[in-house]
Amino acid sequence: MNAEEKSNGMTATYIVYVVILAIAVFQVLFAMMAGPQPMLMLLLAFLQASLAVNHFMHLKQERPSLFFALIPYTLFVLFMMNMIWSDSFRLLHMRTLAK
Amino acid sequence: MSQAELAVDPHTGVMEERPFAIPSSKLVMWLFIISDAVTFGAILFAYGYVRNASPDWPTPFESASIWNALLMTFILVTSSLTILIAVKAAQDDDRARAFRWTMVTAVLGLMFTALHLREWIDLIGKGVRTFQNPWGAPLFGATFFSITGLHMAHVIGGVVALIAVGLIYRAGRYGAKHIEILSLYWHFVDVVWMFVVPLVYLMNMKR
Repeated sequence: MNAEEKSNGMTATYIVYVVILAIAVFQVLFAMMAGPQPMLMLLLAFLQASLAVNHFMHLKQERPSLFFALIPYTLFVLFMMNMIWSDSFRLLHMRTLAK
Repeated sequence: MSQAELAVDPHTGVMEERPFAIPSSKLVMWLFIISDAVTFGAILFAYGYVRNASPDWPTPFESASIWNALLMTFILVTSSLTILIAVKAAQDDDRARAFRWTMVTAVLGLMFTALHLREWIDLIGKGVRTFQNPWGAPLFGATFFSITGLHMAHVIGGVVALIAVGLIYRAGRYGAKHIEILSLYWHFVDVVWMFVVPLVYLMNMKR
């Protein structure tokens, strides 16, 4: 592999690196000017994370079966955790049947 | 199917296809990352619920802290780039270059840790403890120190691993695969930080 080919192999990585940093700067500037919007902040964080997982961790280049074995189940567990945390919080106050 | 995509069953001696066509050590790292992601998810959800349940939740981070967090993001994302350069060099069998960039990544990890400790010392100087602070909800300190502390422990562990794996790789006992698998962990630390900044720093910015 010559120097040009090596450089080409990293071009997409450099672009993703700049985009992730640009999103981080936008997050900070937006939060400073308009106040932090939780949903927007989370959405941008998910965008950064998906870019990093796909391009830095090369999940995109692995077999799709690896992606489907890992990501949907992780998101499902995190989603369910979010749903049942509220109940555990009620347990903390001994109001398990409170509405 | 190539030989690399096959594994020998230790009991039968029969060659069979590797699950997902990746080395088992790489699969184990992915499984570790997934379980660690759930751990971080749990403490971030817990922080979210405690924060929402506290009407007097403090918002102490002034612009200096926010710029510091942005600088830390820059350092950590840059370290993800440098470890990728190390992986590429290792795959090209350029051991000296791969070792050099692995050590650059470790130095960036140390810089990140130093900036993080500076933030901690600043908050401790303002009177923040795990269960008390001068501004409001006492659990602010507990959540801040546990989330950022767990993340910092991952960074420090990663730095130790980078130095150890880098040295063993330079000695010729590890191959490119080991640098690549370690890089997965390092990118994961970066990914977690992408959620910590908005949820912990930006949401608690002084207005």
